[in-house]
Amino acid sequence: MLRTILRRFGFAAFTIVFVSGVVFVSVEALPGDVCTAFFQRYAQGPRLERCIEEQGLKNPAIERYALWISGAFQGDLGTSLKKRRPISDLLAERFRNTVLLASAAAAIGIPLALVFGFWAGVRRDKPADLVVSTVAMLAMTIPEFVTASVLMFVFAISLNWFPAVTIVPPTASIADLLPNIILPVVVLAFVMTAHILRMTRASVIEVMTSDFIQMARLKGVPPRQLFWRHLAPSALIPAVNVIALTIAWLLGGVVIIEQVFNYPGVGNLMLQAIYDRDLPLVQAIALIFAMIYIVANLLADIAMVILDPRIRTAKETR
Amino acid sequence: MTETTLIEIKNLTLGFTSRGGQERPILRDLSLNVAAGQTIGIVGESGSGKSTVALAMMGYLKPGLKVFSGHVVFDGHDMFEISEEARTRLRGGSIALIPQDAGQSLTPTMRVGDQIDEALRLHTRLNAEQRQSKMGEILNRVRLPSAQDIARRYPHELSGGQQQRVVIGMALGTGAKALLLDEPTTGLDVTTQAHILQFLRSLVSDTGVSMVYVSHDLGVIAQVADRIAVMYAGELVELGGARGLLASPAHPYTRALLASIPRLGAKVIPAALDGFHPIVGEDRQGCAFVARCPIAQERCRATVPAMVDVAHGQAKCFYADSDGMEKIEGTPVVSTRKDEVAVEADDLAISYHHRGIIDLLLGKEVPPDTVARVGFSVNKGETLGLVGESGCGKSTILKALSGLKAPKHGRMVIDGQEIPGRVAQRTLDVIKPLQMVFQNADSSLNPRRSVREILQAPLRLYFELSHQEMETRCEELIDAVRLPKTYLDRFPGQLSGGEKQRVAIARAFAAEPELVLCDEITSALDVSVQAAALLLLKQLQEMRGAAYVFVSHDLAVVRAISDQIAVLYQGRICESGPTEAVFRPPFHPYTEVLLGAILQPDPDAVPRLLADDVIDREPPSTGCPFQRRCSRRIDARCDEILPPPRHPETGHVIYCHLETDELPALNAVE
Repeated sequence: MLRTILRRFGFAAFTIVFVSGVVFVSVEALPGDVCTAFFQRYAQGPRLERCIEEQGLKNPAIERYALWISGAFQGDLGTSLKKRRPISDLLAERFRNTVLLASAAAAIGIPLALVFGFWAGVRRDKPADLVVSTVAMLAMTIPEFVTASVLMFVFAISLNWFPAVTIVPPTASIADLLPNIILPVVVLAFVMTAHILRMTRASVIEVMTSDFIQMARLKGVPPRQLFWRHLAPSALIPAVNVIALTIAWLLGGVVIIEQVFNYPGVGNLMLQAIYDRDLPLVQAIALIFAMIYIVANLLADIAMVILDPRIRTAKETR
Repeated sequence: MTETTLIEIKNLTLGFTSRGGQERPILRDLSLNVAAGQTIGIVGESGSGKSTVALAMMGYLKPGLKVFSGHVVFDGHDMFEISEEARTRLRGGSIALIPQDAGQSLTPTMRVGDQIDEALRLHTRLNAEQRQSKMGEILNRVRLPSAQDIARRYPHELSGGQQQRVVIGMALGTGAKALLLDEPTTGLDVTTQAHILQFLRSLVSDTGVSMVYVSHDLGVIAQVADRIAVMYAGELVELGGARGLLASPAHPYTRALLASIPRLGAKVIPAALDGFHPIVGEDRQGCAFVARCPIAQERCRATVPAMVDVAHGQAKCFYADSDGMEKIEGTPVVSTRKDEVAVEADDLAISYHHRGIIDLLLGKEVPPDTVARVGFSVNKGETLGLVGESGCGKSTILKALSGLKAPKHGRMVIDGQEIPGRVAQRTLDVIKPLQMVFQNADSSLNPRRSVREILQAPLRLYFELSHQEMETRCEELIDAVRLPKTYLDRFPGQLSGGEKQRVAIARAFAAEPELVLCDEITSALDVSVQAAALLLLKQLQEMRGAAYVFVSHDLAVVRAISDQIAVLYQGRICESGPTEAVFRPPFHPYTEVLLGAILQPDPDAVPRLLADDVIDREPPSTGCPFQRRCSRRIDARCDEILPPPRHPETGHVIYCHLETDELPALNAVE
């Protein structure tokens, strides 16, 4: 088990280093450099000189990459050109907001998805299943900005229960942020629930037809016990992967939702950085997003190893 | 003798309802009694409904099935009338199922101890401590070593035989009155199977439990059953005492079935049943077997025969016991061996292991090669049989020959030309003469291609033919495997198992190969169909002069078809030589074990168990591959020194430290 986990850690570390290289090379490959990209047609004179000096652009690329990576390991991702602040500070405050949004959405969405996924799977092709599956299908196909706009129109504009867009600054206290997250959380939970639910349902159905479930039935295991002891652990294993990917998506990719609700999260920051052609910030965010996906996958792998004795003990019996 | 009836099936008809609302029966008007303490064997081919009968005894129907009429009474309970709760209480308690694939039937995420404990908690009133000691008792009972350790393991950490014992233990602990065994040893190695059967027999004599033993294999049934029920197409066609039924079968189907089983004692390809098993649930007027029956008359087609008494029991035939049936003879095998060598392999070693970075860091040793020191030579028109238990490397050798797995070292020569190890490095000229037929025709034929397209693929690859020539070749090929030309337009999903395997064989022969690799090609087929496939292979060999390397775990099949045989254990050849020499004493100790474990459809031929059914996971790094299980191990020499070749007669090699005259010579094959 330790061996398997160690191996996974090794792969994850390797992938992160590889991705950082790709990110760095992509930025390098752009025409011009960080400073000329930022200043555009005003790229001249002492301002440009100072920028080149600050960013250390005179050094060879390989040296800058080494500096960037070693800095990143120590939590120093450089300075934002536009905001003139350390990128790590910027990311820290934005991340708090994104994590708040993501954890609220996950806390609602995951249990909901699992409960309904199992419920529908066990009642395969019965009316309950058809209703749940249809709703999940709709949730997956309707783009989230449509749901967001509808919710905004009903609950923010017509009923005036929640704010339509966030107008508090990124540094606002959690208490101030809370009313703002309700609508985005509902939209996010809706979409993620649908994905996890469908996966869970499919895996429940598969396990239901397995020999060991029939055997447990014929052993006289009552339905409740059959579900909790025999069905749930096996059916959960494929769901774990989807959950991990969904969490990564929540933490890294909800750009549209943050934009629609003007929510001060990382996705929003990334868009701004792109508009501003603030390449050091874009580069840092790209690296962070990649890391989130890698870490989420790593956690999923570890969870899998713990849940599935076939993976856990496979090596040791050799 | 007065017997109390434990299970009574009365005129049971069950099946599914078609879209049009018609009743499609799977079991038809079936009546069967099982007395307390008795073992009844239910035998039949796939689709005969034998498993459905066993499940019905527990009041269980597979989804979609319904009882149309009749009753199943177990121990006074009408299983389809009582409540679901009452059924749940009986299941696993008084009546327990032991399924075909124990590995698939144990919950993978639960420790086996917890699964046994669960059964005990559900069906006994023991407290936790009592259950604990009961568990130890059960595990000892099913002869699993170190009960504590086994209980803590997960199902996948046990061998197939051990898994089967756990499942049997689960049924025993609750004091079941009846055990329903659904092909419990199918898929296990012969030695493991023989051990499990011996254990089941002792169980019956110790506890007086009733058993219903379902199998397609009359050899197995003959070992355990007091009475035998023969099923065909959802009907019980013959029922009677095991000895009498096997000695003088009354129903034409039983006779044909018995005749189709390859016997170890004779080098004969057994007679196959012609025609097809009726489609499950189809409308039927007369006797179920009429289409394949050699003695069918007009009235057999019109009316369903009733059960009539015969010497040993009952048979559902108008002409049961009539002497109008000739004895069914098999086809003697004539060797088609030519003097030209087709394929040669020399000192092959194949390994699946490679040292990863982590192994290197941990300083782990590379385990011994999966296959080592394997060499053979097959002439044109000759068949080499590779036999051995699962994991003995027989399929791995085929993978090396076909280029799917490059050997670590060693030479492979086809037609006097050394061939590269990897298929990617081989030219079409090397690939063409070397074709393969896989075990599972289901997955080796593309379900989205018609039979014509499947046969055209190799033709297009290896030959430049016009459209018309291609069509002619397809027709020739389908004709050569004895299928009607109309089958060219069918898809694999529309063929039966035996027909699919025929198409796979035709595809291999489309390339006009020198060498055909056959990987357990008949083991997924029913016996009656297997015989036909073997005959077809032999006939094709006669016509085309191809060489075969035939891999099988079934010694009787290998004997029927092979000119020479190599017995493999742990990827090393133990014994090789002409078929007759290998089957004649002296034997390698492992060959002796294999021969001893073979089951024949004869209750008097009791298998001899000479080795434990423990499975070695890896070949030993030094000495004789069989050292750990050998009952004739001499001393440390067996563990350390490679056994020398002994030559009892020309061409016959036995690798053993025993001198030729000390080798096992028990006449196992008679």
